[in-house]
Amino acid sequence: MRARREFVGWALAALLAWMVVYPLAIVGVGGVQDESGLTTRWIRAFLDRPNEWSALWGSLWISLASVALAALIGVPLAFLFTRVEFPGRRFLGAVVALPAVLPPLVGAVAFLFLFGETGFLAHVAQWATRSDAPPWRFQGAPAILLIHAYTMYVYFYLFVRAGLAQLDGSMLEAAASLGAGRRRTLVRVVLPLLRPALLGAALLVFLSSLASFSAPYIFGGSFRVMSTQIVRTRLNGDDRLAMVETAVLSLVALAALWWARRLEGRAATGGAKGAAPRRASVTRPGARAAITALAWLVAGLSLLPHATLLLVSFVPRGTWTTQALPPEYTLQNYVSLVTDPTRLRPLLTSGWMAAVATLAAVAIGLVFGLAVVRWRVRGATLLQWLVALPWAVPGTVFAVALATAFSVNRPWALRFLLVGTPIILPLAYLIRNLPIAGRAILAGYQSLDPSYEQAAASLGAGAWRRLRRVVLPLLRPAIVAGGTLAFVAALGDFMTSVLLYTYDTRPISLEIMGSLWQSDVGVSAAYGMVLMVVSAAVFLLTAEREEPR
Amino acid sequence: MSDDRYLVLDGLERRFGDVTAVDGVSLALRRGEVLALLGPSGSGKTTLLRMLAGFEQPDRGRVVLEGEDITRRPPEQRRFGMVFQHYALFPHLSVGDNVAFGLESLRFPRAEVARRVPEALALVDLAGYERRRVGELSGGQQQRVALARALAYEPRVLLLDEPLSNLDPALRERTRRELQDLIHRIGITTVLVTHEQDEAFDLGERVALLRAGRLEQVGDPAALYAAPATPFVASFIGRASRVPTTVVPAAPGVVRARVGAAWWDVPLPAGRSVPTHGPAVLYVRPEAVRLVVPGGGDVEGTVEGRRFAGALSTFLVRLDDGTTIEVQAPFILAVPGDRVALRPSRRAHGGLYLFAADE
Repeated sequence: MRARREFVGWALAALLAWMVVYPLAIVGVGGVQDESGLTTRWIRAFLDRPNEWSALWGSLWISLASVALAALIGVPLAFLFTRVEFPGRRFLGAVVALPAVLPPLVGAVAFLFLFGETGFLAHVAQWATRSDAPPWRFQGAPAILLIHAYTMYVYFYLFVRAGLAQLDGSMLEAAASLGAGRRRTLVRVVLPLLRPALLGAALLVFLSSLASFSAPYIFGGSFRVMSTQIVRTRLNGDDRLAMVETAVLSLVALAALWWARRLEGRAATGGAKGAAPRRASVTRPGARAAITALAWLVAGLSLLPHATLLLVSFVPRGTWTTQALPPEYTLQNYVSLVTDPTRLRPLLTSGWMAAVATLAAVAIGLVFGLAVVRWRVRGATLLQWLVALPWAVPGTVFAVALATAFSVNRPWALRFLLVGTPIILPLAYLIRNLPIAGRAILAGYQSLDPSYEQAAASLGAGAWRRLRRVVLPLLRPAIVAGGTLAFVAALGDFMTSVLLYTYDTRPISLEIMGSLWQSDVGVSAAYGMVLMVVSAAVFLLTAEREEPR
Repeated sequence: MSDDRYLVLDGLERRFGDVTAVDGVSLALRRGEVLALLGPSGSGKTTLLRMLAGFEQPDRGRVVLEGEDITRRPPEQRRFGMVFQHYALFPHLSVGDNVAFGLESLRFPRAEVARRVPEALALVDLAGYERRRVGELSGGQQQRVALARALAYEPRVLLLDEPLSNLDPALRERTRRELQDLIHRIGITTVLVTHEQDEAFDLGERVALLRAGRLEQVGDPAALYAAPATPFVASFIGRASRVPTTVVPAAPGVVRARVGAAWWDVPLPAGRSVPTHGPAVLYVRPEAVRLVVPGGGDVEGTVEGRRFAGALSTFLVRLDDGTTIEVQAPFILAVPGDRVALRPSRRAHGGLYLFAADE
């Protein structure tokens, strides 16, 4: 029994190593190797080019600035919507989290429609000033930062809200009874206790910004960051240099992860018990009105990109030129998604590829959870690292790694020719999905009381029956949560798809870009709306249970 | 301002929706007095304590400290020390920083903080623990750190919320003694909340018994036991069996109460009026009655159960009219099923309490 379990554990580790580590290793080695053996040629090439340095520097400072901006927006909002009671708090508090339902590419496209030189606000400005010239340029670092801040403040917002909900109310009372005023309580007690939440959100924002592809791809212009630089280098045919770039970017990501884990390790543990602190009620009518108005304003602003996307999706091709609002509206863009086979196809393709990748990720996640939590196989820590790795490493890196590892057919080296086949994208999505599904299922297993399975066993249920009748039904919330989140991520994926797609397996994201280049903005927006609505449905489904009180 | 009315609770009332958690409680504490708020869960004792601390605002009534109305004063300006039920030690701060927290809030000079933190820790027998993390400490040690933190800045009143409820029984006994010793040594005015009678009796010089938000009785433990003011006090403090009865006057200060087929002499309580003629309710302490051989004209019944408890065990006797009475007697005196008779102990007039029938 024990031996069989250990075998399953090692088989899983081998499978994960082949999918996750092996391609990265091939890329890492490829960067320091040529026909004659080891070489530092490509590394020197990287170090010598100012463009590479500026891309690396750009990635770093954009990511750090994104963390700062996202925190500046998300943390105060979390306090506002958790600690203060005012009319509409719950509803507006949920609305403020809605940037999360925009997949990265859709968010960037929505910003293009909103702030771009021919976007909605530019139209309004032109109409107001009666001028034909674009009133501003929405490009480069400021544009990228704005998009990052908008799409990523949600991490700080949600994490800090969860942290505040878990905060032990007696901590605040203890501080007050010890003579601490509001400011001192905030600085000395509340913020330190929120440290894990702040740290987790900061890491997430940093890694997401570092990996961010859509925003720099669309708005970058001459501004360089690593994720787009890698793609550019590869498209130029400098495969080896791209490998070095890939390795550098993953090292930065892993260093950030390592550093955050170290800080996390020092965070305080224990002590928190008891009820969440009570919300402050604003009783002065003036202040109450001001806070309510502020909350509505923030919620409205956070929905602006969604609204713009919706508006543009009704615009017939080429009709919106200089007017403040579109002169014509039509449902044709949506109709064509269903009736035009070439437009329907990407929807179906993305759908089946995301579904296959998600099912596979859930299956692996179930074995993973079983091996780590129940069987406690040797090497459980290694398994957890293998599953977590694709979360930390940017998607572009994995795309390059897969494109490299599976572009040749050498079965004896476990390398197969998958690039150009319909298998490569689902495989890429699967790898990207592993951390999402794996972590949710692992958490589900960890909170699953083993006595249920023991009770089933004592009632005569064999292993299979226990799994089917007890474990799977009890894990269902975790499986649904992890699976749907993974599905949505794969459905809207752009950064791995752009390097790995073929004409036959063109996913939605590529079609959004394609329509955009052909100035068919309405269709592009309609695709975006489809992704947004699916994401929103999924978040509604999974987030409902976790809504903080 | 007299020291007899150092801390005054004046008609405090607090409602939560339809529920009146605290219903017109008035109390006065001497300087240095230790008062225990005792009551079953839901009796309002914790709400009362939280109003003293300033976490709850009373709907009516005042809290007065040394003649000054502090009812509306926020907790951080009361300079009270509080030990929370789960201690609420800050997990991100060291033991020393936890103890220093109040001193720094009150802007004690740095040198003063540096002097007082070790002092406070020494007071609770944790000298040298400054640099430890809170999570490394045992439950008993955490409790003492919480106490040191609350005492370090010499608060005007010490508030303890179920201070021993999180400790295991063996530790609880010892900590209780240490706590008692410490509070009396410092001589600090203290209000503690507990649902454990032993804790209230041990720590409190006076005990205030609450029920459904109202004060049932306030007094020293012996008075509460020996002269309960209400049937609730009689049954909540110590044990007592309820026996419906009929009384007739017997002598000045004494009535005769019918129990089964017999009549028992019951002293009339001082300070409250009870019927001297007609239906009434008698509360009987287990030690107020003894088991005797049936046939002597006493109340008779059957032993339903017995519980061994050392020198004197507890017997449950069902009288022939269906009433049950708990009696203390040596374990070997009877076995379940035996016919026995009950007779009031000669010395134990204190153990029989008469109340009006509808109470």
